[in-house]
Amino acid sequence: MRLNAEELACNRGGREVFRGLSFALSSGEAMVISGRNGAGKSSLLRMIAGLVRCAAGQLTLDGGERDTPLAEQCHYLGHQDAMKPSLTVSENLQFWTEFFGARAHTIESALQAVGLAALTDLPAAYLSAGQRRRLSIARLVSVQRPIWLLDEPTSALDSPSQKRLAELMQGHLAGGGMIVAAAHGPIGLERARELKLDPA
Amino acid sequence: MIAFNALLVRDMRLAIRVGGGALMGALFFLIVVTMMPFAIGPDLALLARIGPAILWLGALLASLLALDRLFATDHEDGSLDLLMMGALPLELSVATKAIAHWLTTGLPLVVIAPLLGLMLNVELHAMGWLALTLLVGTPALTFIGLVGAALAVALRRGGLLLAVLVLPLTVPVLIFGVAAANAALFGATPFGPPFTILCALTLASLVLGPIAAAAALRHGLE
Amino acid sequence: MPIIDLANPTRFLTIANRALPWLIAVTVIVFAIGLFYVMNAPDDYQQGATVKIMFLHVPAAWLGMLGWGLMSVAALGTLVWRHPLADVAGKAAAPIGAAFTFICLVTGSLWGRPTWGTYWVWDARLTSMLVLLLLYFGVLALYWTAEEPGRGARAAAILSLVGAVNLPIIKFSVDWWNTLHQPASVFRMGGSTIDPALLTPLLIMALAFTLLFATLHLAVMRNEILRRRVRSMRLMQAQELAEAT
Repeated sequence: MRLNAEELACNRGGREVFRGLSFALSSGEAMVISGRNGAGKSSLLRMIAGLVRCAAGQLTLDGGERDTPLAEQCHYLGHQDAMKPSLTVSENLQFWTEFFGARAHTIESALQAVGLAALTDLPAAYLSAGQRRRLSIARLVSVQRPIWLLDEPTSALDSPSQKRLAELMQGHLAGGGMIVAAAHGPIGLERARELKLDPA
Repeated sequence: MIAFNALLVRDMRLAIRVGGGALMGALFFLIVVTMMPFAIGPDLALLARIGPAILWLGALLASLLALDRLFATDHEDGSLDLLMMGALPLELSVATKAIAHWLTTGLPLVVIAPLLGLMLNVELHAMGWLALTLLVGTPALTFIGLVGAALAVALRRGGLLLAVLVLPLTVPVLIFGVAAANAALFGATPFGPPFTILCALTLASLVLGPIAAAAALRHGLE
Repeated sequence: MPIIDLANPTRFLTIANRALPWLIAVTVIVFAIGLFYVMNAPDDYQQGATVKIMFLHVPAAWLGMLGWGLMSVAALGTLVWRHPLADVAGKAAAPIGAAFTFICLVTGSLWGRPTWGTYWVWDARLTSMLVLLLLYFGVLALYWTAEEPGRGARAAAILSLVGAVNLPIIKFSVDWWNTLHQPASVFRMGGSTIDPALLTPLLIMALAFTLLFATLHLAVMRNEILRRRVRSMRLMQAQELAEAT
């Protein structure tokens, strides 16, 4: 599987954020996008996710599932957790897993992988910010889509949780997945390509 | 199919667990209908004559106010982004949320309407027909309101904008709903024609509403 | 969020657990006496046996109003004197008061049906009770929608006081509104003066229902305290697990 970007341009709020961006990413590879605030890191992720239209250029995916658009092969972990406080941990995770068409048996192992297995019946309102973030990461694991789009994944995580995330990311890459992450600093991936965005 | 079920169940669970649940819309309906006689006067004959109109207006306002939070909460916590990336087409996701919304907000209105009709001295024999017009018409209100809710969330404005956008679109539903109810109550005009048009309006909104709302979300949230 | 101070509520729970069986017993006894009097009370010459709905309707009306009064006192306790159990007392009183108001409306409607011909005529007294019920629903809505018990309690306390001030004004305006439109039939509930033969059963039933209110109130307060404890324990559990994993 190969993700190709050719001459991408992005406009936000009438302002051109970047232009002429090209890159290619293959299965098992990770790319970390760095740059100052406002350089367009989140916008690039959202473009790949299909949430923002490309002002110019093309994003294509070679290989991968046939007849499935790029957006449906990605999973997006943004700044917000998308977890409902009044639903329990397992209800939240089960909903997203089923909604994205993954099989339900992955939920338990996902919760164990992030260390939340003991809290399955607790309403998400009682979780701390770090625990909610870990729940979102569990969603990432449980939903099983090949391309991970991570927007500052290590924020709100303590060191043990960051290490766990690094392990999960390595596992995902080893299984043939791709990771595109926006970050200000290192996130625990040693052999990641770097893409530096300068504000236009 | 699983995705559809999952979304439906989740939205219904949230509606029941959060913010007073399904009862809040019914409560508002009760209050609005109670307010009317304070303004109009306790003339029972008059109340009986305009009873269907009062009930329909109350149901319209109650449906409208509940629509405000339909997309707003999902937008605020990032769920809307993920919903747009699902395997389920956005139109279908939006329609599912609307169905869940109607089941938890519109349907209680229909159930409580006969009780309120009693307070307005609406004749018992017509109560069933009145409830039927509401049963058929409230989905139209929800699905038309869907478009307003999608536009309002994209523009990050709340309730009043939604009302301004949606109320004119609901005029046909209101007209034919009240006409059908009055026909059943007073027998001066036939019930069939306005009722069938009401059904047609609802069916059309079931299809057009989600399409328009999905388009509004896509273009508005870029 | 501070863990709820367990000292006072614990003492309250012990007292409540001991008092409740006695309260229930006394309530049942007074009800038995009251029902005996109700059975032997004479029928009204105009309304027949239906006048006996009065023995449910009038106490329900009193207790509906008493409920709001209790909520207002509890509100002062919450906002002014900062008594730890005041908001629990207020929260417990709301559904019970609302239920009695609802019973008052339903019995009033049924009672008026033979005379009015319909179930509802927007008569001044019942309409005031209806507005009271809507106010109750408002307070209950505040409790239901609050995520944290403390915040909901303060909001409800403010609404209770505002309502208490507003209720006489509402009553006055509803009476005035009713006089604008002469109703078709003037219906005095309970007759123009209450016959002494009806007064004794009425007072006994009123006492019985008041005891019922007190019993229910105590039980609901106990439940609310236990519910808050469960919530605190869950929060502690989440915190402990957060530190462990």
